[in-house]
Amino acid sequence: MDVGDPVVKLENVRKQYGSFIAVHQADFSIGRGEFFAMLGPSGCGKTTTLKMIAGFEQPTAGHVFLEGEDVSHTPPHKRNVNTVFQQYALFPHMSVFDNVAFGPRSKKLPEAEVKTRVAEMLDVVRLGEFAQRRPAQLSGGQQQRVALARALVNYPSALLLDEPLAALDLKLREAMQIELKRIQREVGITFVFVTHDQGEALTMSDRIAVMSEGRVEQVGAPVDIYARPETLFVAGFIGSANLLPGTIVSSDGGGTRVLLLDGTEVVVAAGNSASSAALSQGNQVTVMLRPEQVVLGGEGAMKVFVTGCKREGAFCGRNSVHALARLCSVHVGRVARNCWFHFYQRRFHRGSAVVIAASSSYPSHQRTT
Amino acid sequence: MTRAHDSKQKWGRRGINGFAVAAMLYLFAPIFMIVLFSFNNPKGRFNIVWNGFTLKNWANPFSHPELTDALVVSLEIAFISTLIATVLGTSIALALSRYKFKGSGGVNLFLVLPLTSPEVVLGSSLATLFLARGVSFGIVTVIIAHVMFQVSFVAVTLRARIRGFDWSLEQAAMDLGASPRRAFWKITFPLILPGILAAALLSFALSIDDFIITFFNAGSLVTFPLQIFGASRVAIPPQINVLATMLLMGSIAILVGSLIIESRRRRLNAGPESKR
Repeated sequence: MDVGDPVVKLENVRKQYGSFIAVHQADFSIGRGEFFAMLGPSGCGKTTTLKMIAGFEQPTAGHVFLEGEDVSHTPPHKRNVNTVFQQYALFPHMSVFDNVAFGPRSKKLPEAEVKTRVAEMLDVVRLGEFAQRRPAQLSGGQQQRVALARALVNYPSALLLDEPLAALDLKLREAMQIELKRIQREVGITFVFVTHDQGEALTMSDRIAVMSEGRVEQVGAPVDIYARPETLFVAGFIGSANLLPGTIVSSDGGGTRVLLLDGTEVVVAAGNSASSAALSQGNQVTVMLRPEQVVLGGEGAMKVFVTGCKREGAFCGRNSVHALARLCSVHVGRVARNCWFHFYQRRFHRGSAVVIAASSSYPSHQRTT
Repeated sequence: MTRAHDSKQKWGRRGINGFAVAAMLYLFAPIFMIVLFSFNNPKGRFNIVWNGFTLKNWANPFSHPELTDALVVSLEIAFISTLIATVLGTSIALALSRYKFKGSGGVNLFLVLPLTSPEVVLGSSLATLFLARGVSFGIVTVIIAHVMFQVSFVAVTLRARIRGFDWSLEQAAMDLGASPRRAFWKITFPLILPGILAAALLSFALSIDDFIITFFNAGSLVTFPLQIFGASRVAIPPQINVLATMLLMGSIAILVGSLIIESRRRRLNAGPESKR
């Protein structure tokens, strides 16, 4: 997807440490005022990418553009981006006020302006009355907000946040998610946010770049990433999904018929293919089935045999239980919680034959070869 | 609890207390004797046997010019060498804890050598070096010799102090637009300053105190320890004790002062709500 007015632009950026490639080929743009997340498991290169935008790392190849200017080899103090560090990195020997004033003072702004700017930013993060405290006298959430104010007071082109909520407990984290969104709306600055928490990324971001092993797997809006993953990794990483490999039997305007490994044939609607490439007979594909798409009964649905359950009735997360079911001979890892409830209510037993259907616009499928 | 158990515990505690007192006595008795004998009114030239209380030594502490001169020389040397050693040692400690560079392992290893090798070896080999180069002995050679072991000392103690220093603070400063120089002077330096001062203080004491290495490299220069040693065969005036007590009080004053400053800083930088 192209962004009209990119604030940050990565052009074929690669980062290599010796023979280890931390980032393969990052190539995407971040638009003005966007809340952009880089999401992936640890070691996927998201923090390295962030550091290259901040200037703490330099790309081995490719270019980083900031407001249209090539800053690939510009040191951090000469780039107009600011970072909120994972552990906040507040200066312990300075008051909250002096912490926030550090940036403007480094830029040698007149002290009167420094004062008004700092006061204004402390109001934005609602820490006005704590200006004279030391960071150690604040709670974790307050420290976080000092770090935000300290970075935002410079009006950067983009604010970079490195797992900013990881150090907070669950309740505070949820409050800070809302707070971050409010602050972003208020200041209108582009936020680039690194996280390994998909819930965080899905709820907060305008767009997400999903990364894995140094590769950018997909860049898109949360709903696209969730419903139309472009790669197997994204399908498996975001949410819960049953990934059913198969071979295409036929593909036409009406949809694609896929023969699953066990001999079941399913039809995927025409609009649900994640791959833009033409699919032809014989292609190896993977059909993705989200838990909430699985409903019991229905017309002409697939047959499912319940063969056992690992943790009966156990709560395993928000919307799925790990029911060990077999879709014919294909393993269906997860079905939606409400679905499991039906299994339970209707007294299905291990080995009972039931009928399920895939609902709504799913499933989609990807090419794997 | 049984009474037998109680009394056993009581005796155990008494034993430990007794042992602690004995250890303290062992540590502080010599220092106490130095202070005490600065008030002695000795018979003859040797201040060794207690002969009655007097304040006259304290009234004329500088009555032996050769002693006073030696002390001044020692203080001069200590000031200059500590200054040089602190700058060099701090740089080494920062480089070692901050960066991994070619040879940093070697530097790490050899850094402790001047502290662990016998002073006789260091002193004599340094003297040979000066002799071979035709350098004449004097205050410069003594300062060079002192800086040598002080650098190691400052670097080693400071490296231990700044282990675990959060270098992301410096990154944060640069991220906020500070040049590397400003980041160092505004952030890193103030935070490691207490460690630097402590290391400097201790290495200052090492310099004042050094005998063996100084002896080999002093030539005709006489420092305080050399003067006392040389004079002790002829006379031990109580002024030695007076000057020594003054030094002692000076270092205690610095120590207490630094403790007060340090605890105030710590209170400010780590409030009750801090988790780390």
